[in-house]
Amino acid sequence: MALAQEDDPKLAEYAHPERLVTTAWLAEQLGTVSDASVSDASVSDPRGGLAIVESDEDVLLYDTGHIPGAVKVDWHTELNDPLTRDYVDGERFAELMSERGISRDTTVVIYGDKNNWWAAYALWVFSLFGHPDVRLLDGGRTKWVAESREMTTDTPSRAHADYPVVDRDDTVIRAFKDQVLAHLGKPLVDVRSPGEYSGELLHMPDYPQEGAVRGGHIPGAASVPWARAAAEDATFKPRAELEAIYEGEAGLSRDDDVVAYCRIGERSSHTWFVLTHLLGYERVRNYDGSWTEWGNTVRVPIAVGSEPGEAP
Amino acid sequence: MTLPPRLEELVEDFASVGPKDRLQLLLELSQELPELPAQYVGARDSMEQVHECQSPLFLAVEVDGSTVHLYFDAPREAPTTRGFAGILHTGLDGEDASTVLGIPDDFYVRLGLGEAVSPLRLRGMAAMLARIKRNVREQTA
Repeated sequence: MALAQEDDPKLAEYAHPERLVTTAWLAEQLGTVSDASVSDASVSDPRGGLAIVESDEDVLLYDTGHIPGAVKVDWHTELNDPLTRDYVDGERFAELMSERGISRDTTVVIYGDKNNWWAAYALWVFSLFGHPDVRLLDGGRTKWVAESREMTTDTPSRAHADYPVVDRDDTVIRAFKDQVLAHLGKPLVDVRSPGEYSGELLHMPDYPQEGAVRGGHIPGAASVPWARAAAEDATFKPRAELEAIYEGEAGLSRDDDVVAYCRIGERSSHTWFVLTHLLGYERVRNYDGSWTEWGNTVRVPIAVGSEPGEAP
Repeated sequence: MTLPPRLEELVEDFASVGPKDRLQLLLELSQELPELPAQYVGARDSMEQVHECQSPLFLAVEVDGSTVHLYFDAPREAPTTRGFAGILHTGLDGEDASTVLGIPDDFYVRLGLGEAVSPLRLRGMAAMLARIKRNVREQTA
């Protein structure tokens, strides 16, 4: 069975506090299992109840040290289909989960580098398969390390699990290009950097160009760079501050039908998490085709400059 | 053009093992990347940033006579980028300028890392080599 929800005053303010855990809570879970040897893999999963998953931008970071008992899931090589630009299918996801010792009723806590950027992406993909209990570690790897909590390079050996083959549901939290075209005129959030939004840059500052032939943004999209949702210590900002950004500045409201996008759908997964789980929006979709699809598509409308522009 | 012996040996090491062990090799190379010498510590202005890498990486190239010396600075929390730098350092530091300029731009394909690391991440390594060569050319012109 899933583990009980954490009772924390900051988390309690969010719409869905059950989607976050604090570093203190996670450390306590590890501690209650065995004081002697938390690096023994089985310990993070005393009742088959908890799995800790690290998902980073850097494919080797986990191997330099990770939270005791945590398993690695790589966004690029394990969650993406190796051939088609798409996510893995239900069979492959079931294999991956089973191999990492995760069952359908396991509580999965995901954490990662860079404000949980890739961890949020992994959580969104888990959500496409409807994994019932998947949470983020508030503050991610950065906060855990900053608090000098235990890290290990020991590889956990979780017992193989039997995860069912569940079809991926792309209809609720995922948007495709044609749906975004039909959505023009309704709320859109562009979570890339201001330079990418205006069209001045075709890629993130300091990152490789990923092959968009046109710069700019989808007309009507509000610009809210994803990392504005994170505080200095990499945790999510308190609810009131998030509302000031997304509702006060960007003009969204909780009943809106919202599409978020970035470059390949990773940064916008983070914003999807904020809007859906922290602010309680019920209709938020992540357009994972994002700018690398839109900016290469023939005859779709594009706006440049710092203003959202008008939808055609 | 064949690769210089140390780089050739590294490429063969990578090619002879499976994807998981390739990542382990890359991790070891990231750990073996030498510390930055005193003259470059805190002197990123005198180094060149490789913007194509996913994490901040700075490099400096010195050509002494015709011998090439390479210096890299990348954060510990970017082991993949450090590993790429480690491959180039282990394989090319101390080689002759003409040898460095003759390294095929796509030599890294033979490392077989595309599957384990993803081609996108590998572009950082191609960019490092291109910038090293440009520096060598400028200093030997």
